[in-house]
Amino acid sequence: MADATFLDSTELVLNMGPQHPSTHGVLRVILKLDGEKVLGTDCVIGYLHRGVEKIAENRTYQQFNPYVDRMDYVAAVSNGLGYCLAVEKLLNVEAPPRAQVTRVILTELNRIASHLLWLGTHALDIGAITPVFYCFREREEILKIFENYCGARLTTHAFRIGGLQYELYDGFEEQCKAFCDMFLPKVDEYEELLTSNRIWVSRLKGVGILNAEECKEYGVTGPVLRAAGVKWDLRKAQPYSGYEQYDFDIPTAQNGDTYDRYSVRMQEMRQSVRIIRQAVDKIPSGPIGKTPKVVKPATGEVYVSIEAPKGELGYFIVSDNSTQPYRVRVRPPSFINLQALDRMVRGGLVADVVAIIGTLDIVLGEVDR
Amino acid sequence: MKKFFRAVFFVDLIQGLWVTFRNQNPKYIYTEQYPAERPKVAERYRGAPRLNINPENGETLCIACNLCALACPENLIVVTSERNEATRRKELTTFTYDTSRCMFCGLCEDACPVDALELTQDFELASYTREGAIWDRQMLEEGPKPTQYKC
Repeated sequence: MADATFLDSTELVLNMGPQHPSTHGVLRVILKLDGEKVLGTDCVIGYLHRGVEKIAENRTYQQFNPYVDRMDYVAAVSNGLGYCLAVEKLLNVEAPPRAQVTRVILTELNRIASHLLWLGTHALDIGAITPVFYCFREREEILKIFENYCGARLTTHAFRIGGLQYELYDGFEEQCKAFCDMFLPKVDEYEELLTSNRIWVSRLKGVGILNAEECKEYGVTGPVLRAAGVKWDLRKAQPYSGYEQYDFDIPTAQNGDTYDRYSVRMQEMRQSVRIIRQAVDKIPSGPIGKTPKVVKPATGEVYVSIEAPKGELGYFIVSDNSTQPYRVRVRPPSFINLQALDRMVRGGLVADVVAIIGTLDIVLGEVDR
Repeated sequence: MKKFFRAVFFVDLIQGLWVTFRNQNPKYIYTEQYPAERPKVAERYRGAPRLNINPENGETLCIACNLCALACPENLIVVTSERNEATRRKELTTFTYDTSRCMFCGLCEDACPVDALELTQDFELASYTREGAIWDRQMLEEGPKPTQYKC
């Protein structure tokens, strides 16, 4: 906590949040200011703490599955995938190919949905109101696919341990293809609005620079790391769920500033469309997998991480040979990325804090768990 | 020089405005007039729970096996039953479902061996009291009756 009692006469302590709309939830940032210049920050988190890791210890493996959706609620499908993969590794089973391809399609759709929400709100923070309406319009199409597939739009509970619960509905492939065809021109449209917009460029270029060494020091992952020029994507580095079969690139940028993180995420949306197109074309027939009636893994521990839209999402599960996990530890990407906030805003202006929080793409449900 | 002309003639601004102008097309309007125009939810939508009854004889399909109550992560289902001495079968007496704590994960529905408990397409679950969110057997069998609005 910032020491508010012994202030230098020129310093000002300002509370930002937890109700501030630009903190994307309930993040409280205590800013130490000298005029407009930020001297330092303190983040206060925990306003959305629900004790998800503790809840896991009192639920069976299947019962905990819906709770992971509520951590990063804009990318619930990715959270579910990570958890299911972790428990499957603990049980030493693998989902059948049909289930794996379906998982890839839905996770990539969710990546697009997450990036769309980020783009809309980030642009809204900067002052461009138009993109948010367009982004939510396209996101709606993805949510419709989720709703048709598993019956929920946001907290989907789409995957089960060992495969899937729901068979693909009729017209799933067509709907995904139609979305891909519709979506690519829309990305160009967003770029038309923002990429060369003078206000956008001058607000983002050179703001919140985090170079590759600093990223590695803080353990930052995801688009923030890739914008600094590090070509690191867990989908390529340690493929899971059959990602090695798909042909896609890892978009990177050089400067590690807010503008680069924007362009990396825009490229990622295009790459996700590429993956979806390849995956939809080769959905194999066969079983979708069956959840074992009793999930009782042998004593042991496992760490599985996946590339969630925001970075590396890891699950560390300790089993003591009972139906309930002994301990579940989640490594949420937002929580780790948020630590770099102080480094990024130091020396910047107050208005840049909003841009930097937006570009980190944090979800407070995941930070606080 | 090129950059200068772009700045003088507001090329980027006009480019952006052209995008917003294109999107004025009425076919891109997605607003739903909710109470009058009801949304079409998906067939698999996980909404209000329902306890199905056999349409032929009006008896409940539930066999009071308690599997839904065991599957529920929030322990919000309470099933009571008594043994019918004549037929030697368990018969359902009460079934309580607390929708205020339900997160509509669908695990109870998956657990049901006879498709008696089902999450339906009804999504209007608002209630004036907290007690109103706790549904008994009769409420579960009849389903919610939301007010219908006409415009």
